[in-house]
Amino acid sequence: MNKPALQGAGGRQATAAPFAIELRGISKAFGPVQANRDINFAVPMGTIHGIIGENGAGKSTLMSILYGFYKADAGQIFINGKQTAIPDSQSAIRAGIGMVFQHFKLVQNFTVLENVILGAEDGALLATSLTKARKVLMNLSSEYELDVHPDALVEDLSVGHQQRVEILKALYRQADILILDEPTGVLTPEEADHLFRILRGLRDQGKTIMLITHKLREIMETTDNVSVMRRGTMVGTVKTAETDPAALAELMVGRKVLLEVAKGPATPGKVVLSVHDLRVRDEHGVERLKGVSFDIRAGEILGIAGVAGNGQSQLLEALGGIARATGQITLNGVELPLSGSGANGRARRAAGIAHVPEDRQALGLIMDFPAWENVAFGYHTSPEYQKNALILDNAAIKAETVAKMERYDVRPPIPGLSAKSFSGGNQQKIVVAREIDRNPDLLLIGQPTRGVDIGAIEFIHKQIVALRDAGKAILLVSVELDEIMSLSDRIAVMFDGHIMGTADPKTTDERALGLLMAGIAGEAA
Amino acid sequence: MDKMPRWADVFLVPLISLTIAFLISGMVILGIGQNPVEAMRVMVTGALGSSYGWGYTLYYATNFMFTGLAVSVAFHASLFNIGCEGQATLGGLGVALVCLLIPWPHWSMALAAAMVASIAFGAAWAAIPAWLQAKRGSHIVITTIMFNFIAAALLNYILVNVLRPVGSMDPASARFPATTNLPELGAMLNAVGIPFAKGTPANISLLIALVCAVAVWVLLWHTKVGYEIRSFGKSQKAAQYAGINPVRITMVAMLISGGLAGMMAINTVQGEANRLLLNSVEGAGFIGIAVALMGRNHPFGVVLASLLFGFLYQGGAELALWTKIPRELITVIQGLVILFTGALDYMVRKPVEAMFVRFRGAR
Repeated sequence: MNKPALQGAGGRQATAAPFAIELRGISKAFGPVQANRDINFAVPMGTIHGIIGENGAGKSTLMSILYGFYKADAGQIFINGKQTAIPDSQSAIRAGIGMVFQHFKLVQNFTVLENVILGAEDGALLATSLTKARKVLMNLSSEYELDVHPDALVEDLSVGHQQRVEILKALYRQADILILDEPTGVLTPEEADHLFRILRGLRDQGKTIMLITHKLREIMETTDNVSVMRRGTMVGTVKTAETDPAALAELMVGRKVLLEVAKGPATPGKVVLSVHDLRVRDEHGVERLKGVSFDIRAGEILGIAGVAGNGQSQLLEALGGIARATGQITLNGVELPLSGSGANGRARRAAGIAHVPEDRQALGLIMDFPAWENVAFGYHTSPEYQKNALILDNAAIKAETVAKMERYDVRPPIPGLSAKSFSGGNQQKIVVAREIDRNPDLLLIGQPTRGVDIGAIEFIHKQIVALRDAGKAILLVSVELDEIMSLSDRIAVMFDGHIMGTADPKTTDERALGLLMAGIAGEAA
Repeated sequence: MDKMPRWADVFLVPLISLTIAFLISGMVILGIGQNPVEAMRVMVTGALGSSYGWGYTLYYATNFMFTGLAVSVAFHASLFNIGCEGQATLGGLGVALVCLLIPWPHWSMALAAAMVASIAFGAAWAAIPAWLQAKRGSHIVITTIMFNFIAAALLNYILVNVLRPVGSMDPASARFPATTNLPELGAMLNAVGIPFAKGTPANISLLIALVCAVAVWVLLWHTKVGYEIRSFGKSQKAAQYAGINPVRITMVAMLISGGLAGMMAINTVQGEANRLLLNSVEGAGFIGIAVALMGRNHPFGVVLASLLFGFLYQGGAELALWTKIPRELITVIQGLVILFTGALDYMVRKPVEAMFVRFRGAR
């Protein structure tokens, strides 16, 4: 199949014009792993094209090939109908491709203007470039409703504005093709809507946009066409108007997926966790959690919504015994120490708190350890893992790992394989298996499905609901509003270290939550 | 999936590195107008060709086992202990005090006491940098290096002003009583009917070093403390999540490391010299770093690497004795071995990995 699958599916423009991007037979292998296999697809000019796929499906590899970070093993790239070699990112920029990365590449203490011309200065003297750039920037900024002041310092800008600076950078380099990698992960719903307005404006001016995401809703709302990747291959390109989320999810995973979480009504019991005026300072002495109070009852999931970086991490760390805190934490009527020797992970586990950390690779796992050693991580002092006072019972840990891998469908089920060799979803399953299997009174779970593929998301959500139905208390922290809305029995929204308000997921909507996430106290409470 | 089989990682890569190091050494020898084949023959026969040579090779290897294990244990906690030199120096002081101050009826009791003293002194010398690292964040590389100098100066002072017998011009302690002398390896082997040359410095400490290697292996991979040391070494943040106390693990790892380094003194001070000399450690603390690197911080790897460096030490001495090759060239050869097996490890590892990946892909 040499012909691109999209032939004739022209989106908004006639197909007579050459494609903005056309890939033919692109393949790329990393050692034994075939990251991209014979990828063929084309993006018509002046359209928004979605690329969707599970983690590890090869989206990022493909984009890196387009931007000159990797060299394809085979295949050709056509830009505007002309075959183009892209050996490095400079060539990509010359070919008119601009990239907005998931993690911004901005100099924090430079102004917007300085950031925009960085690497694209005209000559040795800065002043001439700056004057020229200022004019261009003002035009671009007003033309596309970007609303960024050229002299503002980047560190003073909100995340949404920083992203717009990245877009400006690409436009200043005269990009006609804009690639955005998971652009909404760090945005409030409000900021995301603004971003999509900007993108539509750019499209209407004739720019071509490629949007890489795993959020089906964004694809449905924004794109003209969508390509689905699965395990390194392009499984199909369709017009967005002619498809629906369920069909896309099935294409991504290769089987039918339950997008809604099936759960019955909660039957809350007695108060398990009571938090009063909890405060945490970070290592720079800045207060990040500024007096938070709430209760969680048995058999209840409390969801903490909020844009990343508004104190949710500190809340989890204080509860999990990692960060020092002031205030009061009471578990089953017993006050827990907040600093000193009793305030550590081991003591918290002994008290009945299990913790699935937000960053499983940095906190929850030792990536170089085999799976079985990770199954004991944090519980290595438990009596069932000891052969005698001195020696660990490695055989018992391995046997338990085999059992857990079976129960939680960890693939591949090899206890001796190092944690880093598992996919993100299976790493998370190892952590979830370790923590939930302890049958804790309180489960802290942060970003349970970040970087986890759809099939595993469904499974992890089921485990969380099952634990709730077993009468345990659960604190769920997630930046995915969909996840919070579908799992939680109650929602608390955090902003700037405070709880801005609480809401009932049955009666609230994303708009109301979005206002709270942006720090605007509203009627939702 | 690992990129290459374990045997290639453990044996093939070091072997290739070693071969390259020896080839370049050969070229250097050729360059100064000597015969590299002859040099190699002298080294091999001198170090391994007779039980007399083995007696010296094993003696040096014993030193490197202790210091190599010491560096490895600290390294598993992500602590770079460059202070084995100083810790071994202090261990020697402990051994000397025990042997000189207490009249021991039998060598076995003297050995037990000397071991305790050398561990205590070595560990104590490691404890201060460890405490500074754990509590104050002072970098352990800097502090342990500084403590090497302090140890050398301290020993100098004590030997000259305290332990030097009256009337002696030599900055060394008095000879230890004969009852503290350790059994020679040769005598022990002869006793069980294995012929081995007498009068070599290898002694019972070799067996203790081997026992220590097994003990370190058990510690690291079969105990809670070892698990915590390795977890802490891989990720301090994750260790904190798991409730592992960073101060405690830093202290424990460095105390074990310092104790192992200190124990080297039973081989040199009690086993060989029978008195405390000014420079009894002779750089073994630093060789321990190379040994640990080459042994991949695994106790059994350390034992093998120690034997290699024991061979280089003894073979080098023979070379200086029987050929016109200057003594300094031995340092060159040792340096090349360290360079290729340690610092330039990736240069060999990457192509070998690529080869295995291609081979696997072809199947």
